[in-house]
Amino acid sequence: MTVGLVIVSHSARLAEGVAELAGQMAPDVPIEAAGGLPDGGLGTDYQRVTDALTAAEQGAGAVLLYDLGSARMTAELAVEAAEEPERFAVAEAPLVEGAVAAAVAAAGGADLAGVLAAATGAGADGDAEPEVAAPAPDDQRIELVLDNEVGLHARPAAILARSVAGLDAEVTVRHGTQSADARSVLALLGLAARKGDTIEVSAHGPDAADALAKVRAAVHDFG
Amino acid sequence: MGCAVDDVVAALRAAAKVIDEHRDELVELDRKIGDGDHGENLQRGFRNFVTAVDRSTPATPSAVLKLLATTLISTVGGAAGPLYGTGFLRAAATIGDAPELTAPLVVDALRGALAGVVARGKAEAGDKTMVDALIPAVDAAAGALERGADIPEILAAAATGAEEGAAATIPLVARKGRASYLGQRSAGTQDPGARSTALLLRAFADAAARS
Repeated sequence: MTVGLVIVSHSARLAEGVAELAGQMAPDVPIEAAGGLPDGGLGTDYQRVTDALTAAEQGAGAVLLYDLGSARMTAELAVEAAEEPERFAVAEAPLVEGAVAAAVAAAGGADLAGVLAAATGAGADGDAEPEVAAPAPDDQRIELVLDNEVGLHARPAAILARSVAGLDAEVTVRHGTQSADARSVLALLGLAARKGDTIEVSAHGPDAADALAKVRAAVHDFG
Repeated sequence: MGCAVDDVVAALRAAAKVIDEHRDELVELDRKIGDGDHGENLQRGFRNFVTAVDRSTPATPSAVLKLLATTLISTVGGAAGPLYGTGFLRAAATIGDAPELTAPLVVDALRGALAGVVARGKAEAGDKTMVDALIPAVDAAAGALERGADIPEILAAAATGAEEGAAATIPLVARKGRASYLGQRSAGTQDPGARSTALLLRAFADAAARS
């Protein structure tokens, strides 16, 4: 049972497209598209959003993402009118990046607050330069060569991020001079690691060894 | 004099008619600085309300406003649905179970509506939104009440305040909603939401003067 997502958009096709894209990274997460008006026009339909909330909430809550201002209002109204509003949260996040980040977090077992933070954090990542953090001396680290065709592209990045979700370890992936939090699909994509490149993965925390083993297995499974 | 449930229904029917008559004007304003659907959306919302109120007979002014709010939320589709919906919901909550509106209750309801719209849309004065019509409307209504005005006079003052506030949005650069994407190009056109707020309040005032 994972946190669900609801994509609220003025356009039915946009909502479906975002749900499709996010769903590719997180096949088991309930993602509901709530876009457009019943007559096929552009707009947000309150009933459609309410129905989507019910469908996406399968026990662990659901995060709503929206495209433009009035979609946010409709989303907030639907949450306020829900029987248990605390099971839902509207994310202030860019729609596409936020949905992808939220989907991956949900697939990794994050709770409602965790999925919400992943979506919101996707917005903050966009403006900031990737940090170059030096590895701490007590980190465990491994080097891995990407031998799959597309390198650390969207799907592999999602697999890698999922592999460490739920573990008690801080896992950092370095490529050249850049580093990324292994839980952040967007940060991993930002490394632009291609086929043949070497990445260094370091971890510390109680589950560090487990995390590195999982990452090794995930990278092995890419190709 | 008070204002019973039948008077409220009559005022809202009159408002629906005014929105019908001004649909094209609102569409034109919204086409210039928005997505062009404000007139059509509001018309659909109010027409659906008229159908709904024909079918059911709300018992109190508050119940009528709640019916209007839920109809607008369900059928408008654009920002006006959640904004007006929340505004009328808050107005209804302010009135409570009162069988008749009194002059102070009318002013309280307007204040509640303004608070609801601000909470939902997070707009401030000068953002070029319906808030720019509602704030002077509430101020004028409160001032009229202090001078001992009755309901028709209070609503007339509110309508005049809203009309002036709406007209004052013309030179503003939008900071909220779809028009904000236009930046400087949003200046020179009246905000459609402020305009529809002024139209609604004038319709309420005219209806109150007739009853």
